[in-house]
Amino acid sequence: MDWSIIIDNLASYRSGFFITLQLVSISLFIGLLMAIPLAVIRTSKNHFVTAPVRAFVYFFRGTPLLVQLYLIYHGLPIALKFILNFYGFDESQNLNEALKDTIALKYMWEFFKEAYFCALVAFTLNTCAYTTEIIRGAIEGTPFGEIEAAVSCGMSKLKMMRRIILPSAFRRALPSYGNEVIFMLHGSAIASIITIEDLTGVARIINSKYASPYEAFIAAGILYLCLTFILVGGFKLLEKKWFAHLRRD
Amino acid sequence: MKKLILLAMVLLMVVGLVACGDSKPKAEKWATVRIGTEGAYPPFNYTTKDGKLAGFDVDIAEALCKEMGAKMVLVAQDWDGIIPALNAKKYDAIIASMSITPERQKKIAFSGKYYQTPARFIVKKGAMASFSDEAMEGKTVGVQRATIHDKYLTDNYKSVKIKRYGTLDEVYLDLVAGRLDMLLADSVVTDDAFLKKHAKGKDFQFIGPLLTDVKWFGVGAGIGIRKEDKDLVEKFNKAILAIRANGTYKKIQDKYFDFDVYGK
Amino acid sequence: MVNLEYFSFIIDYLPIFFEGAIVTINVAVCSLVFAVSLGILGALAKLSKSRILNYIAQIYTTVIRGIPDLVLMLLIYFGGQKLVNLMTTAMDIGYVDINPFIAGFLTIGFIFGAYMAETFRGAFLAVDKGQLEAGFAYGMSKAQVFFKIMFPQMARHALPGLGNNWLVLVKSTALVSIIGLDDMVRKANIAGGSTQKPFAFYFLVAIVFLVLTSISIFILGKLERKYSIGVRKV
Repeated sequence: MDWSIIIDNLASYRSGFFITLQLVSISLFIGLLMAIPLAVIRTSKNHFVTAPVRAFVYFFRGTPLLVQLYLIYHGLPIALKFILNFYGFDESQNLNEALKDTIALKYMWEFFKEAYFCALVAFTLNTCAYTTEIIRGAIEGTPFGEIEAAVSCGMSKLKMMRRIILPSAFRRALPSYGNEVIFMLHGSAIASIITIEDLTGVARIINSKYASPYEAFIAAGILYLCLTFILVGGFKLLEKKWFAHLRRD
Repeated sequence: MKKLILLAMVLLMVVGLVACGDSKPKAEKWATVRIGTEGAYPPFNYTTKDGKLAGFDVDIAEALCKEMGAKMVLVAQDWDGIIPALNAKKYDAIIASMSITPERQKKIAFSGKYYQTPARFIVKKGAMASFSDEAMEGKTVGVQRATIHDKYLTDNYKSVKIKRYGTLDEVYLDLVAGRLDMLLADSVVTDDAFLKKHAKGKDFQFIGPLLTDVKWFGVGAGIGIRKEDKDLVEKFNKAILAIRANGTYKKIQDKYFDFDVYGK
Repeated sequence: MVNLEYFSFIIDYLPIFFEGAIVTINVAVCSLVFAVSLGILGALAKLSKSRILNYIAQIYTTVIRGIPDLVLMLLIYFGGQKLVNLMTTAMDIGYVDINPFIAGFLTIGFIFGAYMAETFRGAFLAVDKGQLEAGFAYGMSKAQVFFKIMFPQMARHALPGLGNNWLVLVKSTALVSIIGLDDMVRKANIAGGSTQKPFAFYFLVAIVFLVLTSISIFILGKLERKYSIGVRKV
């Protein structure tokens, strides 16, 4: 094996590493923010209210992330064209020209044009669906005594949700959420399919350039492994802190 | 129990390895020649609706094998892994419009060229008044990954954004959608498959000079063969000369093109 | 107005698309069988008293679960053939072709074996020790205790985890399209490329996956109910 290939291309690996980090952390953050209200809605007893959330979760948990990424990457331009039809869009034009007059859509297209943004949308929606389920499970697992205590203190529903149910649910959701974070990190490897040069993308380019699969992919693998270990360690620390009251000495 | 587990593990590994492939005995040398091609590069090589490989490369391969008195077996392989798979002996020769370049000659041997066509940029009609390095600045250009076009762009245009794709079909998709401003690829391929045959092809045009610089574009497309198989290189070279001489080459060429693709 | 003409391009490709769907299902099922066998072995190795086996199993599960499936697949796909080739050259047995189907399911099975090992380890630990001791007290051999007492009880505890792994595994098969196996996603790739209308084909793929996962969830629910017969609900 010739590791000088990796040394020579260290800069590419570094930039790939940061693109992966960026993609994963942004999508996890937004996904989590979106998942909290969705999970609360999902626990409602009204079927009409929960139906859209259930459909969303069902679709994104039932199909591969790869397919979701393809659908968003190729589907967003089609969706934009569809909207543009109302503006008298001319079929022969491409989106760049057709959008000149519609400022709002033009800015949307500036985003959707970028493969990076499409990956961000796909990853965010995907992790949001999984996180919604995790938080829902945790909310439904709230010990009834806690709720009774809150009610007898005279808390309103909203206050109870904010002060009692959600904090205790987050604690219970932590271990599964840790798994979800690692799944997302690993899932992000497919960003390389739509021309993004993330860690895996860089490894693929190095592999096809030098025809040296071991060096290229093992180097990427080691970096992913390190990231995974750091994340696992971080979640262990968090668990220790949050579950301090449960520790048996 | 311990031994049982160990035994089972070893067994599993052996089964896995054996199942991995059916070993083929070494038959008489080159009675059968396995040809690797991509199948996503019309009109040179493509996959038909019922999943068969076809195109100029395939017809040439057939003619060459017939000339050498060998049975031909076609193997489809993605472009990314086409050289490693040759060296891994998945097939014996690459006939997939692969340009002969010094870089590739480090890894594999080549026959003489069997055709040569120039590369050229494609751009949306009216999007670029005239071709110049300044006009190229900041443009997003699509290429197929690990091709001569990829290398040429990477080496010569530092200020353009290069997007690398697995196949040309994906490049066309994003060019039409507006994600790309330009593409760089073989002019014969894009002329036929994109400008003429694609539904939106008429909105696009060639721009800039025909690119033929030997340093990047090589001396034409050749047949890739493992370095140790020198006898096969010889056989292919003879066969190319033979089909050029006896008119088979011209017949195949006329089926696809109305000009001389062999070049000078 | 829906123009049916517009959809004719999909119908042209439906036969090869469904061929691909069959490949997807086959890969998933074969991978599952391989992953479960590896998982049980891994779990036993983790629980065994041998230090060496502990280490091997620990390294296997940690490394595999720490690296994305896609990177592992690319490594095995591009590197595996190189390795096999080195071996065949050394043994002088000529060319051995890696069948992409077998390579695909072995790769996925190998990856999910690591997840299964964790599932089964938990399930083995959940079986009451007293029951095993009772088995030995009756003069059963180690193998008898394993197959007659351990395994049937372990199966119940393993089922939920196994089900989750299966659902993830089915979706992971989409990745084999990237390493050249002609599954449903790759067929959609090819068809989308040549018709230049990829969205329709990926949509079809998504629907088939939804159907597959829905059927799986239904069957898993039934199985869980069946295996919990006789277990008191709290």
